[in-house]
Order: sequence, then C-alpha cells, then structure tokens
Amino acid sequence: MGEAIAFYSLAALILGLGLAVITARSTVYSVLFLVANFLCVAMLYVLLRAEFLAVIQVLVYAGGIVVLYLFVVMLVNLKRGPEDHADPRRRDRLGLAMAGLVFGQLLAVAIYAFWPSQATGGASATAARGIGNVEQVGHALYVEYLVPFEVASVLLLVAMIGAILLAKREL
Amino acid sequence: MTPITPTHYMALAAALFTIGVIGVLWRRNLIVIFMSLELMLNAVNINLVAFSRQHDHVTGQVFALFVIAVAAAEAAIGLGIILAFYRNKETVNVDEIRLMRW
Amino acid sequence: MIDYVVIPLVQIAILLVGVLTAVAYLVLLERKVQAWVQVRLGPMRVGPHGLLQPVADIVKLLVKEDITPARADKWIYTLAPIIVLVPALIVFAVIPFGQSVTLFGVSIPLYIADLNIGLLYIVAVASLGVYGTILGGWSSNSKYPLLASLRASAQLISYEVAVTMTLVSMILVAGSLSMVEIVEAQQAQGWWFVFLQPVAFFIYFVGGLAETNRAPFDLPEAEQELVGGFHTEYSGIRFALFFLAEYANMIVISAIATTIFWGGWLRPFPSVEFLAFLDWVPGWAWFIAKTMVFLYVFLWVRATLPRYRYDQLMRIGWKVLIPLAIANVIVTAAWKVLVAG
Repeated sequence: MGEAIAFYSLAALILGLGLAVITARSTVYSVLFLVANFLCVAMLYVLLRAEFLAVIQVLVYAGGIVVLYLFVVMLVNLKRGPEDHADPRRRDRLGLAMAGLVFGQLLAVAIYAFWPSQATGGASATAARGIGNVEQVGHALYVEYLVPFEVASVLLLVAMIGAILLAKREL
Repeated sequence: MTPITPTHYMALAAALFTIGVIGVLWRRNLIVIFMSLELMLNAVNINLVAFSRQHDHVTGQVFALFVIAVAAAEAAIGLGIILAFYRNKETVNVDEIRLMRW
Repeated sequence: MIDYVVIPLVQIAILLVGVLTAVAYLVLLERKVQAWVQVRLGPMRVGPHGLLQPVADIVKLLVKEDITPARADKWIYTLAPIIVLVPALIVFAVIPFGQSVTLFGVSIPLYIADLNIGLLYIVAVASLGVYGTILGGWSSNSKYPLLASLRASAQLISYEVAVTMTLVSMILVAGSLSMVEIVEAQQAQGWWFVFLQPVAFFIYFVGGLAETNRAPFDLPEAEQELVGGFHTEYSGIRFALFFLAEYANMIVISAIATTIFWGGWLRPFPSVEFLAFLDWVPGWAWFIAKTMVFLYVFLWVRATLPRYRYDQLMRIGWKVLIPLAIANVIVTAAWKVLVAG
C-alpha cells in the first residue's frame, strides 16, 4: 500500500518534471527541473531497494553532470533566445507522431512480456538478503565485471582529457 | 490495488523515454537536446534496476552503474564540443549548426 | 508507530532547534575569538559580554527591506539560499551524537537514521550544495557575483574530489559505510582512526576549509576581493540563510571529522582500562566537546593565516591534495590486503 503511494507519486513527479524539462522557457529552468527529476529517480531507486545506485545517482548525475550542464548554460549566455529563429520547415507534428509510436511500441512490449506472469511477478520478497546492497554491487563489480570496470575508468580518463582539450582556447 | 509489478516500472520508463525522444526531436536548443538524452538514459536505468529487483540479481544495478559512468563521459565531451562550437559560431540553435565548413 | 514516526519527529525538532541555535552562537563565537586574537574584546554591548548579540543580528536581518535586483530572476534568486541551506541541515540526519539514551523507559537512539550507506549519503548531499552557490551568483544579474559564484563553485567541486578520496580510505579502514559502524569499529579497535590515518585527516580538514569557503580559502567571498562574492546582492533574510548555511556547513564538517577520525562518542583511549573512570561523561558530551575543538580550529585558522590567491588555491587542490589523497587510498588498500586482511 505504501509502496503504491510512493510509486505513483514518484512516477507523477518524474514524468511531470520531465515534461517541464523539455518545455521550460528558460534553459536554466530546464536544468533545475532536470536536477529535480534526477532526485526523484534516485528516490525511485531507493523504493527498488537499490540504495547504492540511488546515492550514486545523486552524487554523479545530480551533483556532477547537471552542474556541468549549469556551467555550460551560464557560459553560453546568449543575447537573444536560442529559439527565436523558428525554422518554418520544422516538422513538429511528424516528430510528435514518431515519439508517440515509440511510446506505444515500448508499452506494448512491456505489457506483452509481463501480462501472463503478473501473478508471480512483482517485487519478489528477497529472503536471502544477508549482505547489504553495497557489498553485493561491490562484489559483482570487482569479481565478475572487473574488465568492464577497468575499461570504464579508462573511458572516463579519456573523456577528461578530451574535455580539457576541447575547452582550451588554443591547443 | 494491484501490487506494483515490473510492468509499472517499465511503463514509467517507457513514458520517460518518450518524453526524452520528444525533447530531442522537438527542441532546437542543443543543450536541451542533450538534457533530453540524459532523460532517456535515466529511463533505461529505471528499467535495468526494476529487472534487477525482479530477478533478485545485482547485475542490473551494475549495468545501470556503467550507464551512469558512460553518461558522465558523454556529457563531458558533448558539452566540450558545444562550448568549442559556441566560441566559433555564437549559437546553440541546431537549425543554424548545419554547415560542415563556413 | 512510535518508533518510526514520533521519535524521529521529536529528534528532528530537537536537532533543528539545536543546530540553528548553535549556528547563531557560532557567529558570535567567531567574532569573539577573532577579537581576542587581535587583542580586543568583540561584541560586548548586547547582553552580558555580548551574549545576546545573535538575537540582535537575527532581528536585524529579519526586518530588513526585501530588495531584489532589477531584472534578476525572482524564483531562482529566492531559491538559491534555500538550496544551500537544505543540504547543510539534511546531513545531520546521519550523524550519530551518541549511542542511545533511555527516557521514560524508551530507548531513543541519538541519531535520526543509521543508513547503511551513511557516508556516501553525506558526500552525495554535500555535492548538491554547489547549486545554491552557482545560482545565487547567476540570478543576481550582476557581474561581480557571477564571477565569484563561478570561482566558488569551481573551488567546491575541486576540493570535493580530495575529500571524497580521503573518505574512501576511511571506508577501507573501517570496513563499513554506516557512520555508527565506523565509530563502533574504532571502539573495537581501541584506537581512534586519526592515529592510523593522519594524512587522511589532514587532507580532509584542509578540504573541509575549502569546502566551506573559510580562510585561507575564502577568496570567493572575501570583501576585499570580489565585493562580497556570490552573496553581494543578497540582504535580509536571504543573506541570513546563506550565512546560516555556511556556519552549518562548518559544524557538519567538524561533526563528520569527529565521527570518522576522532572516535565520535568514544572517550579518549577507549581501549585503555586505566582511563575507564572517564566513562561517567556521557557519549554525546565527548562528541560535542570534540566538535567544538574543531570549530575552534576553524576560527583559529581564519584569524591566523593569510588568504590564498585563486590560482594558488586551485593548484593546491588539484596538484597537491588530490594526488596525496589517491596515494593514501592506494597505501591503505595495500596495507589492508597485505597486513590486516
């Protein structure tokens, strides 16, 4: 019962804030709505018993990536609004129709995949919860997925060097 | 009231993904397009974590962790490109960033 | 019902009142300590020895005229101080002031929540405080605050990396992310962790000075530099919120240093039987005493050291503290694998 309330309210918040991100009139407002969206998604992760991922979401996504977006938005301080030049050849309606098709497709897959097994589906009671969530993720990360872990760290190093190079005024 | 099944989470993720797709296709501001991309990645993450919860296996969360790491790298590079471009052309409107050379 | 709702609510109420009072009197303490260092007396007029000065300050700030700069973004201008204050207060939820206290037969734990990811929660919430700094400067629609806010936020995110690395090495030593378990690990081991990891504590403290924009790293908000930094255009209650947030952050850094490095609520030398007579002092008294020592060091450093220039500040953060912190993690991990197991 409590889980249902939490889920529906969080879902409403996530979708509402997502719509606000793409429709806000000022880019800074979009960024702030994005932060709120990420915080709500982090709460959803806590609801799904993935506490480590929830905190990482706040730390990396909301506290790091979106700060980067905010910096760029402030450095790109335009004198005129970015969308004053409305290109008349934009195909708004076609884009919306395509997005609606994507949504319908995803929803169909979801319902088809899960409809017959709704009796047994759902949040299965996890009896074997002896070790905490962090230990589980840590174990999986360092034992089974060690190579992807190292590759991800090299990727981040390369991205850091690339970002510094791109942002320099002269090479 | 029906219990919250993974189908609910998938529906939420599908809706969030669609919102991201609308943002990418509709908005002309390059930074908002990037932010819609982040929305899409978040939708994927919600799916992964919901599956991890359903199968009681931590692999889904590890996958989502890697998605976050790659999203961080991609955001850094993407915003670096936007900044470099803005320094040259003074715009972030996608309709105006159309020429390979000017 | 009582366990989950009533007790936490009472704890939160006590904590908020306590923290806000402590912050108000910390402001007075700072003025007094700085005055004594400079061989003068500080505020003496309001109340005996100036002890009612915080009340006067708060009344003044609350009744000031509400000015918003022209063409400033009204919503964000009001939101920025709130965004800085809320993370500073939320962090107190995981800080353990002691083990537990028995009142009216009910055992009340002296922490609001013992999260199994407590330390990570602190780092995550602290990283949200950057937004208020950036938005405060940007929404003022004025050049000096904008520059100062960009500088301040760059400083914050740089030193965040070093502080997080030292906390990682402490997680390695303690073997847990939960704050209560870290203190219990120090109790089981018999030594406060600062004796095992002095370098980590040094880096953490210097990083904490930089995180709270305190001297010698207070360039972004020093009056002699940038006209007052990112809160130049703020006055009245909004400025009061920025001020509160800065001092609350100071208390948070001191409380975390106490918990992780200096034994939390443990008495000095918890393993030495000889000193067991000190046990009549309750745990929370030890905690508050140690936190006050660190707060005093904060004020002492401000009165003593000259300010760093911005490029020196960034150089220290990136070229000195971060490599040192990473080396500390490597050495700690190697020690843990080879020696302790």
